[in-house]
Amino acid sequence: MASATIETSEREGRQHVTLSGEWTLANLPLPIADLERRLQSLAGPRVSWDLQATLRIDSVGAILLWRAWGRRWPLVLDVPAQHRSVFERVAAIRSGQTGAPQAQHLVWLLALGQLVLTAGKNLREIVTLIGQLLLDIGYLFVHPRDIPWREFSANLYKSGAQALPVTALIGFLIGVVLSFLSSLQLKLFGADIFIVNLLGISIIRELGPMIVAVLVAGRSGSAMTAQIGVMRVTEEIDALATMGVSRSLRLVLPKVVALSIAMPLLVVWCAAAGIFGGMVSANLEMGLSYGFFVEALPRVVPVANVWIGIGKGFFFGMLIALISCHFGLKVKPNTESLSAKTTAAVVTSITVVIVVDAVFAVLTRGIGMPGSA
Amino acid sequence: MNDKSAPAYVPVHPPTLQICGVSTRFGDTVIHQDINLNVEAGQILGLVGGSGSGKTTLLREIVGLLVPSKGAVRLFGYSVLDQNPLIRRNVRRRFGMLFQQGALFSALSVYDNIAFPLRELRVLDEETIRDLVFLKLGMVELEPRHAQLMPAELSGGMVKRVALARALALEPELLVLDEPTAGLDPDLADNFVKLLGMLQKELAFTVVMVTHDLDTLAGLATRVAVLADQRIIACGTPADVLEVDHPFIRNFFCSERAAAVMQKGFA
Repeated sequence: MASATIETSEREGRQHVTLSGEWTLANLPLPIADLERRLQSLAGPRVSWDLQATLRIDSVGAILLWRAWGRRWPLVLDVPAQHRSVFERVAAIRSGQTGAPQAQHLVWLLALGQLVLTAGKNLREIVTLIGQLLLDIGYLFVHPRDIPWREFSANLYKSGAQALPVTALIGFLIGVVLSFLSSLQLKLFGADIFIVNLLGISIIRELGPMIVAVLVAGRSGSAMTAQIGVMRVTEEIDALATMGVSRSLRLVLPKVVALSIAMPLLVVWCAAAGIFGGMVSANLEMGLSYGFFVEALPRVVPVANVWIGIGKGFFFGMLIALISCHFGLKVKPNTESLSAKTTAAVVTSITVVIVVDAVFAVLTRGIGMPGSA
Repeated sequence: MNDKSAPAYVPVHPPTLQICGVSTRFGDTVIHQDINLNVEAGQILGLVGGSGSGKTTLLREIVGLLVPSKGAVRLFGYSVLDQNPLIRRNVRRRFGMLFQQGALFSALSVYDNIAFPLRELRVLDEETIRDLVFLKLGMVELEPRHAQLMPAELSGGMVKRVALARALALEPELLVLDEPTAGLDPDLADNFVKLLGMLQKELAFTVVMVTHDLDTLAGLATRVAVLADQRIIACGTPADVLEVDHPFIRNFFCSERAAAVMQKGFA
């Protein structure tokens, strides 16, 4: 294929530019900016353009020439009839507004207001969702045949049973690290045996529920948002609605109930793994015997702490599932929205869990601490 | 029907599309058996066949999304699956594909969707790209104000048009269409077919399309290939194909409605 070439000559005091070859994207000499500069330097009011020798002109070639001509027809132009239509099309380009909209004043204030409004809207919608779920539960009391047992057990398995290995591993490792670092400090004061109090209270009451909440938000929360979101994108939720199946009853309720039940169990499991890790570490580091540890634990950690941990697990699980389902239902049919809502679900879940944890800490400050009970 | 006698000499201009002895099987299911097909530059080939006859599979093999179990597909004389990545890229830039659902990038605006293949070339400046995008938008008869819309805000007909503009962004020599009018109402489908025909006349690209819409076929195709029984049972001008005696062709083309459409379209 002949690449695009430019020849110039002067006849009768006029500048003649003769173009030949293929003026198509694939055959234009690179870099195109150089070619464009060359064309622009040639252009002028007294130049005649001869395009008879060109084999093909595509829209890129035509746009380059059109721009060199200053976006209007040159006075003298000799172009084969079959190429004329390309230039006519280029001449007819109507461009609209592009580029970013102009920056407004006080953008930060607008953004802040938007954020507050969005947060308020989300809160209202979550409350609506909770109300809907309560109505659904009421309905199920009257019509127990409609209870979605299969969905419930599937969710229990996916978000509970399948999370057992990872929660145990993380719990164990945190227990080991915590015990190891604390024992270094405690040894300084000769307070070795207080490792049992330290690990018992911190892991059972605080760390267990928190670790599990973060893990579950990342693991099951994101999965719930993505699942419901894709179901929205593919109109599966609309299909459910047309079959008369309530989406809140069939999709949201089983997830919320399953996670509310699975989470407390995971908390106990993770705390047990953490205590076990701490016990192993204390044994290796300070020579504390397993027998002593097991015997001392119930003495120094009031059983109320276990109930607080389980209670936290229940609330955290319910919140994570609610928030994840809420964001899943808000996914719009595009890829960007799916990723944004999944991120929002995980971040909001973890933030809310930490806020609620702080509330728990205040409300239960008089319960389960040695000496207070 | 003379496609099957492959010429012994190599032509100076290889056919735009050459399918040589392609067989496809998924597990134990045989989809195609020894398919041969040539499409010369400038032709508009309509590929028809019953549901599940492997039309879309063949189309995916043509554009290199699927590797045939046996045989080869050559575009412009090169394989889309060539060892050399440069050849592969060049071949892929010389054809455009219009997907059934449009396959627009949902995170990008209409403008950015059309600009995407142009930007990927990395040789054009933003101003040229801008002119080109609005040129293509005009070609598919969309307004400049549509450029800032997101794919989710478009109607079905507009999605197809934007997808067509994107497929035509690099002025391809071959346009591959998968069910170009599926999901459009008859009026929109009719318009879209007219638009395609007009653009084909202006830009003189080759078209390979899968369709089971007779109106589309009658309105566009200069040649028809019929896929049935795992092979191409007929290939030629619409009149030639109607001559072939096969149950599928009888059912597909010779129902009363079909006869009316074909007469109107090919008259």
